[in-house]
Amino acid sequence: MAIVVENLTKKYGVQKAVNDISFEINTGEVVGFLGPNGAGKSTTMKMITCFMAPTAGDVTVEGASILSDPELVKRKIGYLPENNPLYLDMPIVDYLRFSAEIQGVSKSEIPTRIGEMIEKCGLDAEKHKNIQELSKGYRQRVGLAQAMIHDPEVLILDEPTTGLDPNQIVEIRKLIKELGKEKTVILSSHILSEVEATCDRILIINKGRIVADGTAETLRQQAQGQELLTVHIEASKGDIQKELLGLKTVETVSAIEGKENWFTVQSKPDASSRKEVFDLCVDKKWYLLEMTGMETRLEDVFRNLTN
Amino acid sequence: MSKVWIITKRELSAFFDSLIAYVMIILFLGLSGSFTWLFGTNIFMLGQANLDVFYDVAYWSLFFFIPAITMRMIAEENKSGTIELLITKAISDNQIVLGKFLACLILVTIALICTVPYYVTISQLGNVDDGAVLGGYLAMLLLSASYIGIGLFASSLTQNQIVAFLMALFIGIFFHMLFDAIGSGGTGFVGELFSYLSIRTHVDSLSRGVIDSRDIIYFLSLILIGLLGTQIMLSKRNWK
Repeated sequence: MAIVVENLTKKYGVQKAVNDISFEINTGEVVGFLGPNGAGKSTTMKMITCFMAPTAGDVTVEGASILSDPELVKRKIGYLPENNPLYLDMPIVDYLRFSAEIQGVSKSEIPTRIGEMIEKCGLDAEKHKNIQELSKGYRQRVGLAQAMIHDPEVLILDEPTTGLDPNQIVEIRKLIKELGKEKTVILSSHILSEVEATCDRILIINKGRIVADGTAETLRQQAQGQELLTVHIEASKGDIQKELLGLKTVETVSAIEGKENWFTVQSKPDASSRKEVFDLCVDKKWYLLEMTGMETRLEDVFRNLTN
Repeated sequence: MSKVWIITKRELSAFFDSLIAYVMIILFLGLSGSFTWLFGTNIFMLGQANLDVFYDVAYWSLFFFIPAITMRMIAEENKSGTIELLITKAISDNQIVLGKFLACLILVTIALICTVPYYVTISQLGNVDDGAVLGGYLAMLLLSASYIGIGLFASSLTQNQIVAFLMALFIGIFFHMLFDAIGSGGTGFVGELFSYLSIRTHVDSLSRGVIDSRDIIYFLSLILIGLLGTQIMLSKRNWK
């Protein structure tokens, strides 16, 4: 077990930013914290990385507790804070050396580690520049490089792709996926597609509590329940809606407003109506112009859970 | 200890890369040099082979220069958020504070070392009391360390460097002259207490060449209080 969070609580004044959350993360998992702004994602990360002490509860990272052994925990973690703060006046290489030294990388290893990071994060062309001369995407890479410089077992990335252009987002995601093969990664985001694309497991956090935990697939299934179909049928005669409702697998049929001969068909629990609808059309000599299964989107799951 | 040195090294290179160090050293030397040798009641007017004039000028110029070098130490990191990055690395709050303190102290020490030619020149002009010179330099060093402690504390209170600068001056002015004024005005225990609290008393006593444990203890406690205050402000984030 890479990370065990037990009854973690953080109060700011009377407000509970994080309210009694517990979860476990296995070694090698890529976990996404998903939640609306102010849900407690960053606060949770700040407690795991020993930036703030929790009001109650404990976290152990690879067996070391944040309360009794913060320095060991910090050495095991690579952290990219929100907004990626960096010493802008330092050259990239000096900054990486500083990070490596402070994280206790041995002197003989430092040059090779810096070389590896520069290669891995695609910084080779820029390596002699000062950090303030870099574009946002490159700064993000420097942020990732400093987080990984001491080869930590756990990587914690707070909104790693905010403010990047679409190309850079794709690159950073690819990098995170690459890293996830060897390391335990926690990343936070409020962008659903990002979490879906990069994470093995999703924790949805709302108002300081975990409201859902699972893979994108299981979350969708939980929310989905019954099959929904949209069908478009062209019929010369007969009442389509009534006939559809007559099928034994169908629970409800509703016409889609503003579109003639379009219907939404909801099946009974654990049943599929696709074949029945098709057979019905053949039977009645109707043309089935379109039939689409409506997949519950992660957006809908998210909205249901956090509203 | 090596972690402290890593912080110190980074801060020192930040000083020298950003020219703060050069500006500070040149201004300090220019100011103390011109008042020691050229303007006002300079050495030639006094006609005595000692460094009292220099210490008087340095007493005031250090008072203003030190807050200027300490003001950014923590305030800037608070503002840019790099403090989060630093704290979440494998280093303790103590080591961070100590590293920054050492960096400032080294910079001031370099500035003070640059004034050694003053001593050499004066020793050519007459007989200098070497004990008093050594005591004087020790007093300047301890005074600087105390103001660095105060400056770091002020810097840890805020995100704004100007506020940090003014706050350091505000706290400093009590030790620098206000306690002295109260002390010389008061009588009995109160007078003595405020005289003891004034930095002036201890600088004067040290620069006479008498190294008294009371003075050393005074400076060391002032430094310790400053550093402790800074560390408390840094670990405030851990308050439950």
